[in-house]
Amino acid sequence: MFLRQVWTIAAKDLHSELRTKDAWNASIAFSVVILLLFSFSFDPSSEQVREFSGGLLWMTYAFAGALVLNRSFAREMQNDCLDALIASPVSSAALFVGKSLANFALLFAVELVSLPVFVLFYNLQWGAAQVGPMLLVLVMGTWALTIIGTLFSALTVNLRLRELMLPTLVYPMMIPALIAAITVTTNVLAGSPPGLGIRLLAAFDIIFTLLAVVFVDTVLVG
Amino acid sequence: MNALEITDVWKYYGDFPALRSVGLNIAPGSTMALLGRNGAGKTTLLRIIAGLSRPSRGSVKIQGADARDQATRQRIGVLGHGIALYEELSAIENLTLFGRLYGLPDTRKRADEMLERVGLARVRDGLAREFSRGMRQRLAVGRAFLHDPEVLLLDEPFTALDDRAIAVLQSMIQSMRDRGRTIVMSTHQLREALELASHVALLQRGQIVHTGERTPQMLEDTGWLYRTYGDN
Amino acid sequence: MREKIIVGLALFAGALLAWNMNTIFTALPDELNQGAIYRIIYFHVPANILGMLGFGLGMFLSIGYLVTKDLRYDALAASVTEVALVFASIGLATGSIWARIIWGVWWAWDVRLTSWLVCWLIFGGYLMLRRAVDEPNQRARFAAVVSVLGSVNAYISYKSIEWWNTQHPQPVLSIRNGGGMAQGMEAPIWWNLLALACFSTILVMVRMRQESFAREIDTLRRMAHAQ
Repeated sequence: MFLRQVWTIAAKDLHSELRTKDAWNASIAFSVVILLLFSFSFDPSSEQVREFSGGLLWMTYAFAGALVLNRSFAREMQNDCLDALIASPVSSAALFVGKSLANFALLFAVELVSLPVFVLFYNLQWGAAQVGPMLLVLVMGTWALTIIGTLFSALTVNLRLRELMLPTLVYPMMIPALIAAITVTTNVLAGSPPGLGIRLLAAFDIIFTLLAVVFVDTVLVG
Repeated sequence: MNALEITDVWKYYGDFPALRSVGLNIAPGSTMALLGRNGAGKTTLLRIIAGLSRPSRGSVKIQGADARDQATRQRIGVLGHGIALYEELSAIENLTLFGRLYGLPDTRKRADEMLERVGLARVRDGLAREFSRGMRQRLAVGRAFLHDPEVLLLDEPFTALDDRAIAVLQSMIQSMRDRGRTIVMSTHQLREALELASHVALLQRGQIVHTGERTPQMLEDTGWLYRTYGDN
Repeated sequence: MREKIIVGLALFAGALLAWNMNTIFTALPDELNQGAIYRIIYFHVPANILGMLGFGLGMFLSIGYLVTKDLRYDALAASVTEVALVFASIGLATGSIWARIIWGVWWAWDVRLTSWLVCWLIFGGYLMLRRAVDEPNQRARFAAVVSVLGSVNAYISYKSIEWWNTQHPQPVLSIRNGGGMAQGMEAPIWWNLLALACFSTILVMVRMRQESFAREIDTLRRMAHAQ
């Protein structure tokens, strides 16, 4: 029952997003623009780009992610859908996990589209050996952004100043995950082993997934 | 066993008691009209019964079980102020979504039957955002009744509905009453509510000041209740 | 009674601080390597300790609220966190001044500095969130969740930044590593901690009073709207 509800919620979110592609289009366009803007702040052809490529990439994803996450619970406010969901036999945890999965899928797709653009723009060399570790860090890092972002999307959805409160709360919370994801990505892009960061990322994912599932009922119902 | 047992329920917003020691028992098969002015606590009470908010003190039992139990929520239907429809989903998708969440067997078939009943079968694949106001309201009514709830909670159901939606809602409520289901509705429109109700409860400043059967006298003179039991 | 406690604490803290200043600025010699500027440690360390204690205490009070749903826990958590944020700001500012003299830069991306800044941002967000929610119980709930998640996050941030970069001087207090300072030089840190702790208690008490007034006003407003 739990898994079926999770799946139903996730499918519903993806389905209505794919109908309009509002968040999808906006965050793709946004991430390409950010990647372009970064190129003006340093010499994009220099060899040093490799050293901060991880940072550029995750900065882009974190900003683009905010667009997706902002919409997540806001979509439920229109017509008071959230009340109907909470009154239904769906537990807050199932609702939360379902919405997180949908956000994850969306954000991950945005990342997969903007990654080649990034590689192209900044002339990074790729080998087959890098694909596996890169996908791993993308999945783990994106889950970290998603879990934090979705919880705070639920928390801020009823507030005045929602658009302002979400980034203010979310970005400081994402810092450990971003540090880890950035260093691992930089290592992978430089052809080195991923390093300790991957463990830190795993710990972050596990801890915050548990905390979020524990607290989401407090946030949604009280 | 009562369909609904509300015992000594308090709800505070900060230190302000929006509900003060509300106690209410509703027998199965009765239709309770929850009356009171705006701000008397009708919506707060209904939200607590629906499990959308928790009481600060006291307990709400629906058919003997806690309001937030998953099995309880399976048995209640809620129609609130909002129509609770997804604009980007079609009529049939909106219904099947909730059908699946309620774990209904033959979701699609039931959804189609429901669309027939609310007169939207012709536009089953149309997106909710393309519907007129009245169509959306009928779809919302269909969604609330889809899982054939044993206890139905309606918050100001007749406000802002168009005449066709009112007709649909009234026939739905009627058929539920005929099958012995329990209905609680809050309203300040006295006449429609009183015609449907078997019992009334009057809320004033968060307290129940009167509860009992609806008498014919109430239908003849709708102000009587407020004059007799209200303090102004 | 409250007023008496506040006045008493203020007198005691003021006297202690004055006596301490005397020790710090006239009795103690300059430090061998750092010169006069090392004296900033007498404010830097107590302020940061109080900030950290405050954030930690705020988290436990927030858990207290979530368990009991008693708004007094929330009021205390908010007051303590707010005062802690003030001390954290003092800690950051004094640290920055010291760094300018000793390291030659206002800021270094070292583990303690960076994670403390993360902490500051998280609890700054906590206070901003409180302003954005109108209903007291909802505000308390949301704030408590942010406080708990923020504290866990602050700890993980510290660990991750430590792993990422370390430049800050190692701990100097004797309870941390057996003592890196001369005997007479360390004592004023503890006395200042006591004095500042008294001041922060006063601030928390005043702040608590404001919270209870705010709640009373909110209640009266709701009553006025109800009828």
